[in-house]
Amino acid sequence: MKRVPFIVRFFSATPKQGWIAIAVAAVVTMILLPALHLLVPAGSPFHVSAYVITLVGKIMCYAIVAVAMDLIWGYTGILSLGHGLFFALGGYAFGMYLMRQIGRDGSYQSDLPDFMVFLDWKALPWYWTGSDSILWVLFLVLTVPALVALIFGFFAFRSRIKGVYFSIITQAMVFAAMLFFFRNETGFGGNNGFTDFKRILGYSITAPEMRVSLFALTAAMLLATLVLGRYLVTSKLGRVLAAIRDAESRVMFIGYNPLHYKLFIWTLSALLCGIAGALYVPQVGIINPGEMSPANSIEIAIWVAVGGRATLIGPVIGAFIVNLAKSFFTMAFPEYWLFFLGALFVGVTLWLPDGVVGLWRKLREKRAQVVAK
Amino acid sequence: MIPRIFLLLMLLLGCAAHAAPNPALVRQLAAEESDDKIAAIQKLALTAEPEALAVLQQLADGSLKDDKGEDISINNRVRRELEGALAVLKLIDPDPVVRFAAVKEIAGNVDAAMAPMLAKARDRETVPKIRALLVEIHAAATLKDPDPQVRIAAAKSLASSADPNTQAMLKAQSEPANETEVEVRRAAFQSYLAVKDRLTLAENIGRVFSGLSLGSILLLAALGLAITYGVMGVINMAHGELLMIGAYATYAMQGMFRSYFPDHLDWYLLAAVPVAFFAAAAVGVLLERTVIRWLYGRALETLLATWGLSLMLIQAARVIFGAQNVEVANPTWMSGGIEILPSIVLPLNRIVIVGFALFVLALVWALMNKTRLGMFVRAVTQNRAMAGCVGVPTGRIDTVAFALGAGIAGLGGVALSQIANVGPDMGQGYIVDSFMVVVLGGVGQLAGAVWAALGLGIVTKFIEAWSGAVIAKIVVLVFIIMFIQKRPQGLFALKGRFVES
Amino acid sequence: MSGPSILLLHEVTVSFDGFRALNELSLDIEEGELRCIIGPNGAGKTTMMDVITGKTRADRGKVMFDQNIDVRRMSEPEIAHLGIGRKFQKPTIFENLTVFENLELSMKTDKRARTSLFAWLDDEANDKISDTLRLIRLDGEAGRQSGLLSHGQKQWLEIGMLLMQDPKLLLLDEPVAGMTDDETARTGELFKSLAGKHSLVVVEHDMAFIEQLGGKVTVLHEGSVLAEGDLATVQNDQRVIEVYLGR
Repeated sequence: MKRVPFIVRFFSATPKQGWIAIAVAAVVTMILLPALHLLVPAGSPFHVSAYVITLVGKIMCYAIVAVAMDLIWGYTGILSLGHGLFFALGGYAFGMYLMRQIGRDGSYQSDLPDFMVFLDWKALPWYWTGSDSILWVLFLVLTVPALVALIFGFFAFRSRIKGVYFSIITQAMVFAAMLFFFRNETGFGGNNGFTDFKRILGYSITAPEMRVSLFALTAAMLLATLVLGRYLVTSKLGRVLAAIRDAESRVMFIGYNPLHYKLFIWTLSALLCGIAGALYVPQVGIINPGEMSPANSIEIAIWVAVGGRATLIGPVIGAFIVNLAKSFFTMAFPEYWLFFLGALFVGVTLWLPDGVVGLWRKLREKRAQVVAK
Repeated sequence: MIPRIFLLLMLLLGCAAHAAPNPALVRQLAAEESDDKIAAIQKLALTAEPEALAVLQQLADGSLKDDKGEDISINNRVRRELEGALAVLKLIDPDPVVRFAAVKEIAGNVDAAMAPMLAKARDRETVPKIRALLVEIHAAATLKDPDPQVRIAAAKSLASSADPNTQAMLKAQSEPANETEVEVRRAAFQSYLAVKDRLTLAENIGRVFSGLSLGSILLLAALGLAITYGVMGVINMAHGELLMIGAYATYAMQGMFRSYFPDHLDWYLLAAVPVAFFAAAAVGVLLERTVIRWLYGRALETLLATWGLSLMLIQAARVIFGAQNVEVANPTWMSGGIEILPSIVLPLNRIVIVGFALFVLALVWALMNKTRLGMFVRAVTQNRAMAGCVGVPTGRIDTVAFALGAGIAGLGGVALSQIANVGPDMGQGYIVDSFMVVVLGGVGQLAGAVWAALGLGIVTKFIEAWSGAVIAKIVVLVFIIMFIQKRPQGLFALKGRFVES
Repeated sequence: MSGPSILLLHEVTVSFDGFRALNELSLDIEEGELRCIIGPNGAGKTTMMDVITGKTRADRGKVMFDQNIDVRRMSEPEIAHLGIGRKFQKPTIFENLTVFENLELSMKTDKRARTSLFAWLDDEANDKISDTLRLIRLDGEAGRQSGLLSHGQKQWLEIGMLLMQDPKLLLLDEPVAGMTDDETARTGELFKSLAGKHSLVVVEHDMAFIEQLGGKVTVLHEGSVLAEGDLATVQNDQRVIEVYLGR
């Protein structure tokens, strides 16, 4: 058999139907919706409002997080309750750039971000060095969440912390980080975090063109995440991950070191979350320590569970279902949202272990059987 | 007793005559010049006689008349001086409570000029506690005396103090910039070291105590979790909400007592103990029967489902009791504290909580080790399949164990309601901490949970004192992760090949 | 018969909270040998395998593989790479993967994460998997999810996974538990054909199976060797009878 180049194998991991779906999604998100937002006048029934663009853009960021979560939970069997940390770290890293782009347009007309003036700081702390350069900040977005994950994961996986132990430790991690970011002295705006952004690369952040650019970028990132995910789960590495989920001790006794595999997928998952966070912040216009609350992180798991674990499209569907429901409830019946979310947690784990994708597959199988008869 | 009555008589007489203090001085109070007035006030104050106090009080009230029967007016400068003098004169007030408060107030700003007056007050004082304080303040006042011998004596007598101000004063006195005499400096420095040691000890005692009380809360939160986790291998993320239910049950009992038994309001807390236990246990049974039972063996799913349950319980509490924190008052027999040193007061409510935690612990221990139910629970914890085979009704044991764990959480809620805010979100903060205790102690190990809870409480408080609460939390977390590296099965865990499977 | 030693245990002791699971256990397995280990429950059979494969650390004693490799400080994957394969008492396979994938993952190859990410199955690997599939009589089931196999088939699959590792030494913990008589007999044949090329240590309770294998038998009791020799000898040993029948 001829050796097939890696690049071909990478792209052939996604089947033909998959590519068609991706192409359709790309046309819709990168051409159709932006055009309907920019070119169709606001009065027209075909106009897509800024609200919709921002909402869908935001949910696509969540969908990237959900796919990242699925890689570690659905495919590897490790439930993280701390992924909100990596998301927020990516967001904060990019937020630093956005704060610097405000320039002297803040309430205090200072070179320093407003909250620093408020704290009576005279200079930027050392870790803000270079935050006015988008390249450096993008580098931070790609490295900081991944590095934090790598260090944390190394210690946790090396000591073979598994199952609920690992989940709770990650929850404690994100909780501690939240407390840390709440402090004013930490230098990230304390309670209020970063907000009142003005520009990216000198262009206004509120301009419709900027809005659809960020939207299209997020869509591209989500599709790229899916293609990458497809390659990973069909590669031998993906099979080793599934093997770790099924019987970790057997994996060790046939000579794989699970530490390296877990660390790889854990760090990659954190990296994807960081990117999603960086795309999220300019679209919603705020990042604060609330993003690190344990409740937020555990909600990511429910997106994945609702959509269907160990499938790639499931988390995307789940992120959309749950977050659209959230938008609906918080507008219509805010007091019932937590009841609904709680019931969703219970209901999905009790009756829908494979999520809506699993349900759909089951229904299709049933129909096929009926047809066969 | 007799001297006090005597004093009181003197005072009454003084008031009646209001001429007992030097009449010339009283007359001088009506002088035109403020400086004259102030001089008179100071002199009157220095007599440290109750009668003088009465006169000055009248001057402050504006009810003192001059010879012509007109009111004596005072300006702000005089009023300030007057207030200072009145504070000093309170030292000889007949009421020991007033005297004690006055001593405490003066201790903050001692002045060398006060020395003779303080000496007088000291010699007059009969209550030992106040006298001891006066001795100290007098010494502090004479620390600036022109006579080095007096200063040395003062410095030496301050060695027995346990007041942070005294510590600072002695430190200043031991520095060449403030004190020229070597002997005085040496005496001051030695006393400073003595005071410092005493204060450090007191601080540490205080920290150990607040650590113990934090540990007791953690223990109450973790005991229930240890039982449910040990038996069912389930992390109940709604455990914190069971604490909350216990706390709201306490609140409800308080309301009931206010409405129906206002005379016995102080005893609402005792009534709340069983109510909270059964309320939380009932909710626990409900959770176990409807949800957790169906997820047996799927730990991560159970974790998510119980999180969902916790969200619903929180929202239910908001709907029923409102989103705001509710007020739960300490019964009178639990308020106040025991002062072991001037700088350290152990609050009574925390002492009661430590005792309560010990009581619950003893109860759980007895239940687990001395009853048939406890034996069944332990059997299921160690080997569920085998326990089932020998006729232990494992399903029912699950429910009972879960109810027990929930009930204990309810008891924890009662304790928590006495020292923390009671609100819908109160349970959220405890789930991570109590799980840390379970991890650290080793699953299914009561002794482990006890040591881990108390240890974590004390360590947290010591780190907090050194670095603040947030950093302390992070440090403790890092420590636990490091600890699990070394002993993955916890402090008191069983070792062997049975553990992992 | 006295070939070079493939595995040597010398006075190995392991205690759990005061209980001695292994008590100065000494054992010598020769290259190509087929050794059976029997013993009542709690004799230390599984703990012995744990020590050899790195799951449990010995408190004292030596564990030497291939004469001069000390495995006591090595991790499980490192020991697996040396060429020690282990089959668990309860069949442990990857239930959500297909039979083919189970074998593919077990194959002796570079097992680093970096390599796996870009790994690619070549013809040689495919052939080897096919051969093993035939050997364990699962060639009809290659694409089937392995969790759906029968108990006996799972046992065979696990043995197949061991063989894919191409190990020098196979440790087999109750390999025929739950198999039909027919399957047991075939397993016996397979093991006998493997002996010589590989060294095998079989822990079993099934005396008929041990008789079929016909190798040297070691009896463990309370963490140390009670008797050693061919089956007939140990079966007539007074101490062995006492241990099994009780005093």
